[in-house]
Amino acid sequence: MMQKVFTRPQSLKDRPTHYCPGCGHGIAHRLISETIDELGIRGRTIGIAPVGCAVLAYDYFDIDMVEVAHGRAPAVATGMKRTNPDKIIFSYQGDGDLAAIGTGEIIHAAHRGEQITVIFINNAVFGMTGGQMAPTTLLGQVTTTTPLGRDAEKQGYPLQVSELLALLPGTIYIERCSLHKPALIRNAKKAVKHAFQLQVDGAKGLSLVELLSPCPTAWRMTPAKAIEWMENEMIKVFPLGRLKG
Amino acid sequence: MCGNEALAEAAIIAGLDAYFGYPITPQNEIPAYMSKRMPEEGRVFLQCESELAAINMVFGASATGKRAMTTSSSPGISLMQEGISYLAGAELPSVIVNIMRGGPGLGNIAPSQGDYFQATRGGGHGDYRTIVLAPSSVQELADCMPLAFDLADQYRTPVLVIADGVLGQMMEPVTFNKKPRRKLPPKNWALTGAGDRKQNIVRSLWLKEGVVEQHNYDLQAKYKEIEKNEVLCEQYEVDDAEIAVVAYGIAARIVRGAVNKARQEGIKVGWIRPITLWPFPMEQIRKVAEDFKIFLTVELSCGQMVEDVKLAVAGKVPVLFYGRPGGGVPTIEQVLEKIRQLTLRPENVV
Repeated sequence: MMQKVFTRPQSLKDRPTHYCPGCGHGIAHRLISETIDELGIRGRTIGIAPVGCAVLAYDYFDIDMVEVAHGRAPAVATGMKRTNPDKIIFSYQGDGDLAAIGTGEIIHAAHRGEQITVIFINNAVFGMTGGQMAPTTLLGQVTTTTPLGRDAEKQGYPLQVSELLALLPGTIYIERCSLHKPALIRNAKKAVKHAFQLQVDGAKGLSLVELLSPCPTAWRMTPAKAIEWMENEMIKVFPLGRLKG
Repeated sequence: MCGNEALAEAAIIAGLDAYFGYPITPQNEIPAYMSKRMPEEGRVFLQCESELAAINMVFGASATGKRAMTTSSSPGISLMQEGISYLAGAELPSVIVNIMRGGPGLGNIAPSQGDYFQATRGGGHGDYRTIVLAPSSVQELADCMPLAFDLADQYRTPVLVIADGVLGQMMEPVTFNKKPRRKLPPKNWALTGAGDRKQNIVRSLWLKEGVVEQHNYDLQAKYKEIEKNEVLCEQYEVDDAEIAVVAYGIAARIVRGAVNKARQEGIKVGWIRPITLWPFPMEQIRKVAEDFKIFLTVELSCGQMVEDVKLAVAGKVPVLFYGRPGGGVPTIEQVLEKIRQLTLRPENVV
């Protein structure tokens, strides 16, 4: 008698994604889906897809979802949670979405202590539009709009949004994790689950998990090289660990 | 009650679940009123960090099936256009009130009707329309709020209520209509958590070839339906009139005064007042165009609605314009003088 010991979460559809080889979105989707299943909250969870590669996240998550304007997810989440305090609301946002165009919305949602969960995918680049500089792009990193590498004098420094948000009294839990190694992915799962658990428990404030995520295509690297770059470069600028809570 | 408070109370009576707003003059009485009354009713009031956030909070609440609204004035409404386009694309019901002020830019805080184009042509990017209600008294402001919410829910579309600083600030007696209204379709598209049913998705993006084209045709079919069913227009003293004056909102109040005075002078003048600016009473005006010798459109702008009046009249008789932009308010005497001029030499005025 064969026993099934590992299967697809119910909150994740059985279909191939459009994500590139070596991309971290698929892993992040899975961690969230497992969490929703394990907490038994699929029937009251609403997800918010960003503008970026994950805009079609609702094609993979099998939960109620909305797609919103670039960067505005924390405002949309606010409108949802304030009118539906019993629902579990999460936004899934990239670094262009959350750290560039949506800075105002995330800071004020955090500042008001909205009881929502934010999954922040940081891949240091605008992926969907073909690899332009993001606020999180590393110094020296070559992108289509920093052909000579990011120069602090001209383009500023990588923006550490999680550190910024951890300063606000309205946030209750902020942790930065990475998706580039199995052990780190297991840790990321714990963080994602904790962030959702806080909302389920009715904890008063915003929880955010930043996930460093590989983007081999926009980085112009092989998936293996991308993992190496994250280990050697990216986590120096974006150190892993719990920033708050 | 002032117009701003009357519309706020009317919205609450109409079942408003959540109000989101950002301060801007001349509509600040609305968030002040809502901040007190909404919590009393156990509903949501939130002052947002920007109009961008406000319209997106409306988007979020509406996506879960709740009745949500925001209010602002011209510059703030400009900032909301992104969100209004998304609401139209995602077919989310919502009510947006614009207490218009002088523009362009920061302009001033005086009454204006300079946002007619923005309101009636969609305003944001893409091929869409929003229903636009233009009340002209405090009572009508109160009456049009429940209608706005019903229209929004019935057609799954954003509805704009546009007024101006005078209507917002002026005090008039008002009674609130609590009668049951339209029978509305269930919101089975709303995001409530998937549970045992199939996943619901609220979206405005479809990358597959031809899908957005078809979505646009579907939207246009809906807009045709609205044009067919929802036009509101009032006429006054038109039966024997040779001159038709077209005006909406506060301008219509001024024109009515001028028409009454002109009638006392024996001038055969009547008044046509669109209450829905979109759908515009195109057919209503087209049918009667040749009953008049001349049309005069009066607006608190440099001439925006006059373009729709010209489209409706279709060159059958001359359509003239009188208006004052940027916070200028025509007096009854000024409008009366224009009407008098038309009776002297209508053939010379083009």
